[in-house]
Parts: sequence; C-alpha cells; structure tokens
Amino acid sequence: MAPTMATEWNINQVRSDFPILSQKLENGQQVVFLDSAASAQKPTIVLDKEREVYSQYYANAYRGVYEFGAKVDEELETSRETVREFLNANSTNEIVFTSGTTMSLNVVAQAWGRKFLKEGDEVLLNEMEHHANIVPWQMIAQETGAKLRYLPLTEDGQLDLGRLPEFLNERTKVLSVTAMSNMLGTINPLEVLSKAAKTVGAKFVVDAAQYVPHGPIDVQALDIDFLAFSGHKIFGSTGVGILYGRENLLEEMPPLLGGGHMISEVHLDHSTWAGLPAKFEAGTIPIAQAISLGKAINYVNDLGWENLQRHEQELSAYAWEQLQTVPGIKIYGPGLKERGAIFSFTMEGAHPEDIAQLLNRKGVFVRHGHHCTMPLHNVLNITASVRASFAMYNTREEVDALIAALHFTRERLRLNR
Amino acid sequence: MSTVTLEEIYEDFEDLSDWEARCDYLIDLGFELPDFPVEEKTEENRVHGCQSMVWLTAELNKEQQPPVMAIQADSDAMIVKGLIGVILAIYSNRPPEEVIKTDVEEIFAKLGLTRHLSPARRNGLFGMVKRIRQLAIEQLSEES
Ligand SMILES: Cc1ncc(COP(=O)(O)O)c(C=O)c1O
Repeated sequence: MAPTMATEWNINQVRSDFPILSQKLENGQQVVFLDSAASAQKPTIVLDKEREVYSQYYANAYRGVYEFGAKVDEELETSRETVREFLNANSTNEIVFTSGTTMSLNVVAQAWGRKFLKEGDEVLLNEMEHHANIVPWQMIAQETGAKLRYLPLTEDGQLDLGRLPEFLNERTKVLSVTAMSNMLGTINPLEVLSKAAKTVGAKFVVDAAQYVPHGPIDVQALDIDFLAFSGHKIFGSTGVGILYGRENLLEEMPPLLGGGHMISEVHLDHSTWAGLPAKFEAGTIPIAQAISLGKAINYVNDLGWENLQRHEQELSAYAWEQLQTVPGIKIYGPGLKERGAIFSFTMEGAHPEDIAQLLNRKGVFVRHGHHCTMPLHNVLNITASVRASFAMYNTREEVDALIAALHFTRERLRLNR
Repeated sequence: MSTVTLEEIYEDFEDLSDWEARCDYLIDLGFELPDFPVEEKTEENRVHGCQSMVWLTAELNKEQQPPVMAIQADSDAMIVKGLIGVILAIYSNRPPEEVIKTDVEEIFAKLGLTRHLSPARRNGLFGMVKRIRQLAIEQLSEES
C-alpha cells in the first residue's frame, strides 16, 4: 500500500481520530496523556475495525469453511500482509501473530535458544534492555549453560560501541538489542550492530516494541534475524504482537507451544507440525486484535511516516528545551540527535512517585518507577524515575502543560523555598 | 511526636471539600513529621510493599502507665510521609491492646483513603499497619 503523503501535519485532524484525547476529567480538566511508551491510544479506525469483526463476521480463525470463518481468515491474511510490508519481510510466512513483544522474545529464546544454544555460547545484551529482553535469555541461559554478557553504556546513555570488540567474539551466538530504549529514549544504531553480529556469525535479534510507533524498520536491509513488537504500542489493540523470523530460521526451530492449528498430523504417540507461520500460532490467536493491527499500521502509513517523524522531532526539541528550564531536573539519556520523544527524569528533592501523583492533579499523565528496566536504573544509580513519553498526537501545548505541572509540583513540595 | 490527633484529622478533612485539598493537607502533614534518625534507616526497619521507601520502628514506652506504643516512621516520598502522619495519629501512644483492636479499614474508608489511593499505595499503607500490629502482638506476648 503506497502511503498517501499528506503535505502537512494536521495535528487537530490527528487528534480528532483519537476519541479518548478529547476526554475531560471530572473537574473539567483536559487530559494530557504522556504515557504512550507504555501503551498508545487507539484511533477510531482501529476501534471500528474490532467492532466490525465482532458485529459482522466473527468466527474462529483458520478452521471454518463457512462464510464467517473464510472472511476472518481473509482479514487476518490482509493484516499479516500489511505487517509484512511494514517490516519489508520477504514473505508472510515470516510474520507470526503472538500475544506481544514479551511472548515473541520468549519464543525466540525458548524455541530457537533451546535447540541452538549450548554451554560456552554467549548471548550479548546491554544495560538498557527492557526486562522482556533480559529475563527470557536468563531463563534459557540457565537451562543451556550459555552465558549472558552485557555491553555497557556511555555516560550519556548510548551503547558503548567502542567496547563492542571486547564483548563480541566467535562464541557470541545472539546479539539482541532494543531499537529504542523505553527509558532513555536512545535510538540504537541497528545497522552497525547488525554488521557486527554478522561478522561473528551471531543471530541479530531486535526488540522493536518501543521503536515501531516512531518509524518503520526494514528487516531485509538491516539483515535482522528475529524482530518483535506489540500491537498496543503502535496504536493497535492489546493482546496481539508480532514475531518476525527469517523463514529458514523459523523452519529449523521447533514450535514452542502445542495445540490448535500448529499441527499437521496428531497421532497418539507423536505429532507433526504445520507449515509457517501456523507452526508458531498455537491455540486461538487474538483474532479481532490481529485484524485491527493491520488497520493501525495503515493508519500511520496513510498519515505518512516522514510527516510523523518531523512532528515528533519538533515536539521533542521543544520538550527537551522546556524541561531544561525546570530547576533541579535531570534528564537521562543522550542528546536530541540520538533520541526519540521519551524523557525520563528525576527532580532534586522530589520523589518520582510524588511527582507523578502531583502531575496527575493537573491532568498530566506520566509514568513513574523503574519502567521494567531495573538493571538500567541500577547503572544510573537511581531506584525510580519519572517518564514523559510523547506520541504523534501530542502537542506543544501539552509540553507546556507538563512544564506548568512540574512548577506546581515544585511549589507543592516546597522546593522553591 | 506528631501532635495532630485522629479527631483533628477528621475535623480538618471535613472542612476540606475535595480530594485535592485533602491531598495538599496530607503533604503538609508530611512536612510536620518528626525527624527520623538516620541510623534507623536500615533494611531491617524497611516496610516492603511500598513503591517508595518506608522505614518504621515501634517499641513499648514503659514510662507511661499503661505502657504505650512509641512509633516512628519516615519515607522518601512526601505523600507517603503524609500518610505516615495519619498512621501515627491512629496508633502512636496507644497501648498494644488498643492497637490490635483498632479497625483501621474503617478509618481509612472514612478518610476517603481507600477510594483515592492506588492498590500499590494501599498495599504500602497496609504494610505499615501490618508491621505495627505485629510489633504490638510481640509486645503483648513478651509481657505475658
Ligand atoms: C523496549 C520494550 N521491550 C518490550 C516491551 C514489552 O512489551 P509487551 O508488554 O507488549 O510484551 C516493552 C514495553 O514496555 C518495551 O518498551
């Protein structure tokens, strides 16, 4: 589908596509939603699609020859094709519907890892990974005797590429990395990392959960072996996600879960597996969610990724500049050039929990805590931070609201005295 | 010792029309909390179940007749400090028997704390209550 290039970013139009953004709180306050990194809001086109599925042709998938069943199958394949195109995968055989990024990464670690990792092998991660790209590897490392290694970060929260040679060697079987840090906002150089992984023959795995709402990733151009993302962060529904796997790799991996249409033949003493991608889609997949995911991707495609990125860059620059004016604030991560629109910070003298709670009083919704990056918070020597994350539907006025709310917080916590 | 009593908190809350004002009141209460000794901020004295740090100590003050619970607590978060103020008003300087008998859920509900606090926060609050009750029970069993 060729993206129709809107010449201008009409923020009001975009916002009107998201009914929740015009919500008012009980006290008449406008909601300022700055937690899209945790989960993004849904446009009407996604909400409508789910309703359409349930109200017009809902049936289980890949089972019925009757009309509803056939329609559901057709819609699912349309969505799968949209995802294939979005990632520039070779074939829809490489696009597996899962329940989300976490599930996808667990499939890679458990199904690929159990077969191909052995004692003495190494898996290279780094200090900024989300728990979803650490814990599954820990689990399989424990089982197989493989060793986990962590590439350190630079002072400003980027991967310390200079130290890559110390950590990457012929024992490295996997290099798994997030495309964008959900805490630091850092956008990682996938091209460099991919090349490095390939020089030692390691598989290159990408956690794209945080990146995909900000830009497409070309799995062929970047020579990516496995990639995971979640529907709910890219304006789709919860409960659905994607595992991209290079076809020959998915072929040689055993399935992780058994049952449903992942089988070819079942005998009392053994079974054989269905072809791709069914082999990895055990049980009933999230049908309506998987169908509407295609609509979410269409939606951003139609807005135009270039426009989206321009808008987010402008917004980021403004937020970056404004946040610095707040006394006592410390923003973690790299400068504007290397980051996306995620700002995690602490404010001297204020606990992140107090900040989040007081911002909420001004209708500004931000996240606080460790953001599922406890190792990263340890490296930064903090237990928690506040995170304001922006999406394409956020505005400069919302940055202003955040800043005003931070000043209110300082006032309430008597930090100005 | 915090001087505000539970009755005073009830009265003040009554005058405060909305949760926002009550939240401000809690923050102010937090600022009035007596200093907690730094050397007592140990792992042993930490109350778990809170997202923020909470330290709490309780012992029996036998100079009073009957002996009463002497409670001290602190947090790194201001709103939690305010909640500690409420906890102290409920439990501090009460005999252990009374501590065990107090229906704290009723008090929290009456103050609107049950409705306005997140489950995580509520768990943290009950973590403190649990620790105080435990210490009160220990005191009683030591006496007998
Ligand atoms: C970088 C990153 N990886 C993985 C995940 C996990 O995604 P999900 O909970 O949808 O499986 C997240 C979500 O917070 C994330 O930001």
